[in-house]
Amino acid sequence: MKDQTSHITRRDLLSRSAALGTAFVVGTSYVASSTAAWAMEVAHLQPATMATLIQMARDIYPHDHVADEHYATAVKGYDSEDAKDMVEAGIAALNAAAVGQGFPSYVDTGWERDRVDILRGMENSAFFQMVRGGLVTGLYNQKAVWPLFGYEGESYSQGGYIDRGFDDINWI
Amino acid sequence: MAAPFELSDDSVVVIIGTGAGGGVLANELAQKGVSVVALEAGGRYLPQDYINDEWESFGQLAWLDARTTSGDWRVANDFSGLPAWIVKAVGGTTTHWAGASLRFQDHEWKAKTNYGNVQGANLLDWPIDPREMDDYYTKAEDKLGVTRTGGRAGLPGSNNYKVFEAGAKALGYKEVHTGRMAINSAENDGRMACQQTGFCFQGCKWGAKWSSAYTDIPAGEETGNLEVRERAHVLRIEHDDSGKATGVVYADADGNEQRQSARIVCVAGNSIESPRLLLNSASNLFPDGLANSSGQVGRNYMRHMTGSVYATFDKPVKMWRGTTMAGIIQDEARHDPSRGFVGGYELETLALGLPFMAAFLDPGGWGREFTTALDSYENMAGMWIVGEDMPQETNRITLNYDVTDQYGLPAPNVHFDDHPNDIAMRNHAYKQGMAVYEAVGATRVFPTPPYPSTHNLGTNRMSENPRDGVVNKWGQTHDVANLFVSDGSQFTTGAAENPTLTIVALAIRQADHIAAEMNAGNI
Ligand SMILES: Cc1cc2nc3c(=O)[nH]c(=O)nc-3n(C[C@H](O)[C@H](O)[C@H](O)COP(=O)(O)OP(=O)(O)OC[C@H]3O[C@@H](n4cnc5c(N)ncnc54)[C@H](O)[C@@H]3O)c2cc1C
Ligand code: SF4
Repeated sequence: MKDQTSHITRRDLLSRSAALGTAFVVGTSYVASSTAAWAMEVAHLQPATMATLIQMARDIYPHDHVADEHYATAVKGYDSEDAKDMVEAGIAALNAAAVGQGFPSYVDTGWERDRVDILRGMENSAFFQMVRGGLVTGLYNQKAVWPLFGYEGESYSQGGYIDRGFDDINWI
Repeated sequence: MAAPFELSDDSVVVIIGTGAGGGVLANELAQKGVSVVALEAGGRYLPQDYINDEWESFGQLAWLDARTTSGDWRVANDFSGLPAWIVKAVGGTTTHWAGASLRFQDHEWKAKTNYGNVQGANLLDWPIDPREMDDYYTKAEDKLGVTRTGGRAGLPGSNNYKVFEAGAKALGYKEVHTGRMAINSAENDGRMACQQTGFCFQGCKWGAKWSSAYTDIPAGEETGNLEVRERAHVLRIEHDDSGKATGVVYADADGNEQRQSARIVCVAGNSIESPRLLLNSASNLFPDGLANSSGQVGRNYMRHMTGSVYATFDKPVKMWRGTTMAGIIQDEARHDPSRGFVGGYELETLALGLPFMAAFLDPGGWGREFTTALDSYENMAGMWIVGEDMPQETNRITLNYDVTDQYGLPAPNVHFDDHPNDIAMRNHAYKQGMAVYEAVGATRVFPTPPYPSTHNLGTNRMSENPRDGVVNKWGQTHDVANLFVSDGSQFTTGAAENPTLTIVALAIRQADHIAAEMNAGNI
C-alpha cells in the first residue's frame, strides 16, 4: 500500500489533501492517514467514501492496538468497478444517518459510541452485513495483524512447539 | 502400487469415499485379497502438501459443493451454505480430524432400552451387542495407535490442557487426562511422534496423527488389490432388474461420465453425501431412492450436541501451541437423568487460531464486546462440548431441486432442529464448562455456539427390523444384498463419544463379514 504512493512525499501529500475527520486526509485519488503514515490510491470509489469505509471497519471491529492501515487493507477490495455503486450508496446512507443525528458526517462524530449507534441502526442492511462479513477474513486473516494479537501462525518450519513452549505457562 | 482394474470388471468391490469408513474398509479388504476400486471425489494430498494456515487449508481440503440448510439450529443462520465441515480428499475427514478416539459406553448401544421413550426422539437400540465390539475396538485402537490404550503412553499436557485440568480438579472432576488420541506419543507404525505444532485440523505435516490418507490407503495399494481413483465423483448407483447393484456412474477428473461395474458397492461418503447418493439413485424399481423401503434414508440426522466454552485470563495461555485437542473431562459422559436430560457429554479442550476464532467465537458478533475478547486471544483457553443428541425423523437430508451442484444434481438440504434434550444438555454443559474456567480465575467466559457439523451421523441407520432403518447389523442394506453402508451414516444413535473410532471398528468388522460372505458365495 505504501509502495503505490511512495513517490509522494509527506509534505506533498499533506499539501494536496483535505482533512476528513481527524484521522484521514483525502486527495483527488487517494486516502491517507492524517500523519501520512500510510496512503492508499483509490480508482473507483470517492476517496472520502473509502476513508469513511475504513472508519466504519474500525468501528465494527475496533482494536485500539491495530493501526488504520490494516483496516484499509481489509476493505481495499471494495475499490472496484463491481462494488463501487453499492459501497457509494451504503456510505451515503451512513452519512445521511449521521446527519439525521445532527453530525456533519459519519467520520465527524467524535465519540465512537455515536457511530456505533448509527451502525446499530443499519445492522440488518445488506451493506452492513457485507462489510462485516468480509472483515472477518479481511482483517483477521491478514498475517500482518496476527503478531498484534500474539498469534504465531505457521509453526511446522520451526519444528512445532515441542521444544518451543507448548507447555510453558507456570501461573496455573 | 496401484492395481488398475477395468471399468467392466464386475468382480470388484467398489467403495465410494476414502475417509474413516471407506479408507479403512478398502485396506482391510485388500489385505484379505479382495479386489477393490475406491472412488474418491477429492484429490490426493499428503503431509508435504498440508498447509499450516487455517483458511488456506480449508480452501485446499474442505467439501465446498452446493449445500443448503433449514431448521432452528443456529448453523442454518450463521453458516447457511456450510452445514458441515467435511473434507473432500483422499483420506476424507481424517485429514482434518483432531484424533479423539473413544469407545462407546455399553449403555449407549441400547439407547432405547436405557433411555426409555423420549418424546419426539426416534430412539432405537443398535442391533449389536457391546461385547461383539470389544475385539474390534482393540483392533481399531491398535490401527490408529490410540494413546492410553494398548500400553501406549498419553500425550504430554499443553498450556491449554493445564488450565483445563486445574479447573476440572478444582471442581472435583476425577476423570481428567490428556485424552485417548490417535496421535503418536512415541514413534509408532513408522510414523513419528507429535511435535506439538498445533495444526491438527489442517492435516498433520509430521504424520503423527492417524489419517487413512497416509496409512491404510497406501498399505492397501501396496497389496496390489486396491486401486484408488481420485477426483472420481460418484453420481449414482445402478442396479439390474432383480434389484441387485451392478455398478456406479461417476464423473472423472475431466468431468466425463464413467461407469465402473461392481460385485458389491459400499457407500462411505459421510452422512450427507451417502444418503444423497441413495436418493439420487432412485429408479422405477426404487422410486423413493435406493434401499429406502423403510423411508429412513436421510432421516435421523445427528450431529452431536455441541458448543464450545472459551475463557480469558489475566495471564497468557497461548492455546494454539500444541495439539488442537489436548485433554478431556469424562465425568459428565454418564447417563444420569437427574441432570435433566438423558445421555451424557464429554468436555474436550480445543484451540483455534486467530482467523478461525474470529469466525467462530460469536458468528455475526461485532463491536467491543466481541473485539475485546479477541484482544485477549493470547490469554484465552478453550474447550469443546460433545454429547449425545436425539435422533429425530424430521432432522434429515433431502434433495433440494432448486439448487444443483456442478454436475447438475440436486444439492442436499440439511434440516436440523434441536431436541429439548439437546438444549437441556447444552445448557448444562455450558454451565459446567464455564465453571471449570471460573474456578481458576477466568476474567470472562464465552459460551460459544456450535460450528458447522464435524460429526455427521445416522442418515442410513442400522436396525434389527427392516422397517426401522436402512442397514442391518453388518451395514448391509435391508433391501439390496450387495449394497453396504460403511461410514458414520450407519449409526443407530450417536453416543456421547467422538465417532471415528467406532466408524473404524465397524469398518474392520464389516470387512470380515464381506470377505466371509464373498467366500461363501452369498454375495
Ligand atoms: C475439524 C474436525 C475435527 C474432528 N475431530 C474428530 C475427533 O477428534 N474425533 C473423532 O472421532 N472424529 C472427529 N471428527 C469427525 C471425523 O473426521 C469423521 O467422523 C470421520 O472422518 C467420518 O468418516 P466417514 O468415513 O463417515 O466420512 P469422511 O471421512 O468424511 O469420508 C468421506 C469421503 O467420501 C468422499 N465422497 C463423498 N461423496 C462422494 C461421492 N459421491 N463420490 C466419491 N467420493 C465421495 C468425500 O470426499 C470424503 O473423502 C472431526 C471432524 C472435523 C471436521
Ligand atoms: S500437534 Fe501433533 S498431531 Fe497435531 S498436527 Fe502437530 S504434530 Fe500433528
